[in-house]
Amino acid sequence: MAGAVDQAAFVEWLQRIGDNALILGHRVSEWCGHAPVLEEDIALANQALDLIGQCQLWLGLAAEVEGRGRTADQLAYLRDAVEFRNLLLVERPNGDFGQTLMRQFLFDAFHIELLRALKSSADPRVAEIAAKAEKEVAYHLERSADLVVRLGDGTAESHARMEKALKSQWPYTGEMFLDDAVDAAMAQAGIAPLPSSLRPAWERTVSEVLAEATLAHPGEAFSHKGGKRGVHTEHLGFVLAEMQFLQRAYPGAVW
Amino acid sequence: MSSQWPLWEIFIRGQHGLNHRHVGSLHAPDAEMAIRNARDVYTRRNEGVSIWVVPSNAITASSPSEKGPLFEPSNAKVYRHPTFFDIPEEVGHM
Amino acid sequence: MYAQLVKSEGAKPREEMTPEEIAFQERIDRGEKIEPKEWMPEGYRKTLIRQIGQHAHSEIVGQLPEGNWITRAPTLERKAILLAKVQDEAGHGLYLYSAAETLGVSRDELLEKLHSGNMKYSSIFNYPTLNWADIGAVGWLVDGAAIMNQVPLQRTSYGPYSRAMIRICKEESFHQRQGYDIMMKMAAGTPEQKAMAQDALNRFWYPALMMFGPSDKDSVHSAQSMAWKIKINTNDELRQKFVDQTVPQAKYLGLSIPDESLAWNEEKGGWDFSEPDWSEFFAVIAGNGPCNEERLGARVKAWEDGAWFRDGLMAHAEKAEARRRAARVAAE
Repeated sequence: MAGAVDQAAFVEWLQRIGDNALILGHRVSEWCGHAPVLEEDIALANQALDLIGQCQLWLGLAAEVEGRGRTADQLAYLRDAVEFRNLLLVERPNGDFGQTLMRQFLFDAFHIELLRALKSSADPRVAEIAAKAEKEVAYHLERSADLVVRLGDGTAESHARMEKALKSQWPYTGEMFLDDAVDAAMAQAGIAPLPSSLRPAWERTVSEVLAEATLAHPGEAFSHKGGKRGVHTEHLGFVLAEMQFLQRAYPGAVW
Repeated sequence: MSSQWPLWEIFIRGQHGLNHRHVGSLHAPDAEMAIRNARDVYTRRNEGVSIWVVPSNAITASSPSEKGPLFEPSNAKVYRHPTFFDIPEEVGHM
Repeated sequence: MYAQLVKSEGAKPREEMTPEEIAFQERIDRGEKIEPKEWMPEGYRKTLIRQIGQHAHSEIVGQLPEGNWITRAPTLERKAILLAKVQDEAGHGLYLYSAAETLGVSRDELLEKLHSGNMKYSSIFNYPTLNWADIGAVGWLVDGAAIMNQVPLQRTSYGPYSRAMIRICKEESFHQRQGYDIMMKMAAGTPEQKAMAQDALNRFWYPALMMFGPSDKDSVHSAQSMAWKIKINTNDELRQKFVDQTVPQAKYLGLSIPDESLAWNEEKGGWDFSEPDWSEFFAVIAGNGPCNEERLGARVKAWEDGAWFRDGLMAHAEKAEARRRAARVAAE
């Protein structure tokens, strides 16, 4: 089985999942010290910590499979934007707290389905990371879904903000379910599901939550894409400029 | 001016089958969120397996001035403590 | 410390005390803990609210200088450690606000006083973190100074405050170590890294010494707090202890403390050192530190921007409760 795997595609795929965790973790961590209430500050930090931990595991495995002696840190800190493989959704700026929450919810609902499927990956290393991450992400989803419901069905202002957030994040959700050659190779090797196969379950979760939140389902919409093959929004460059500053300014230093 | 989230008292049962123990308090709009916040605030280091939350204003506390009458009588019931009884060494651990 | 300028009265002489006050003082002298709702002198309650409140504010404002570097931490592991640490500060703020709330003041009231400038936070957090070694220096020096004050406060007379300090001390044990660990890496690193480490020490040394508050000879107000055991050691005692602990640590790093007068004093068995510039301290406390505006501005913005979120959740909780009640009524 493992012998039949296209290594380059595997590395590419591992970077996709690892970069999603890295960039979303980065965005969430930007809230540290600035959240609307102390309890939320603490909860968000937990979430960012989970994501950074997951990114270390995925990128660590990517480096291992790649076999060129690189580390997770080198992948995180020494690739340029064009080499990053995360979804556009996760690199979008935080906006107000509603935007952040909606982005999180739409991603969590996808992330959990992906991880559930990965628990039966043909590659035991993938299955193991997925099993650990799934527990964390189940909690992320519980939280984000519940907060979307509460704020959608809260005050007129919170409803309006969540509606606006949904509208602006929605066009970035389609990319999660696009299949390409890398996905096909992974599915064929039994390593990962085809992204399109995750859509029905995601749709169910999202429809249920939006209905309970009294938010109108946006329906079919135009879909932005490009992150999975390295064509990003302008925002990622700034994320990396900040994140990679020390490693770039002082090459070779040990921290 | 917005209204403040109510205060909740948090009780956590640790890993080893002990009783729930009061660990502190926090604010939350309702019980469900109080449990979630408690998970994030008070179990950051794997401290617990079960969480109880109670609205702070639902707790009735013994009056401090009654401390004497409430607790001192039990001081006299020394037989409630195992060290009250001398068990011969030959009997073994009890 | 985190409550550098909490004013209380001079200790009341026994002959001026009421019988209640005498009984109260005797309880404290016996080492008993005072618990919420028990009788306490109004001055005790007020001083505690100010002190615990200032301490709590310091924790949450203290998230900001370190939070600055979370997105720029140089490795994934450093990022995770720093995030966990800053998260702990938020937790500590929360524990302390909770302790203050047992004295009959709400967290929102305390925050309102912080935001309006009527309550202070520690001067140290008005200094900027300019390079990565500052994150090391904050952990090593700032947390080191804080711990020095907090360890004795575990024995403070007010039960909820003492319990909060016990929890905080337990959790903080890794904070200072992670800071020193960063300093060790930097000091043993490239010449640029070592220069950053020295620069950080140069900038944080005196502000760290200021954390203990003005010299005992200038702060006559601590007598009452010490009698009440809400202050355990004097400012100068703690400052001396801190210097004695830190000098060899700096030496181990190969860094020099920016004080030409630093000298071992055999007689007192401790280091002689220069006082910080107290006019700078008072300027920072008065709002003229390098970052006062940013720090307080960031907290006020977070609070104001978050109002719709807090209100939305409260409104939902009330609606949901009303629906539950209506359902119960319908069922009956």
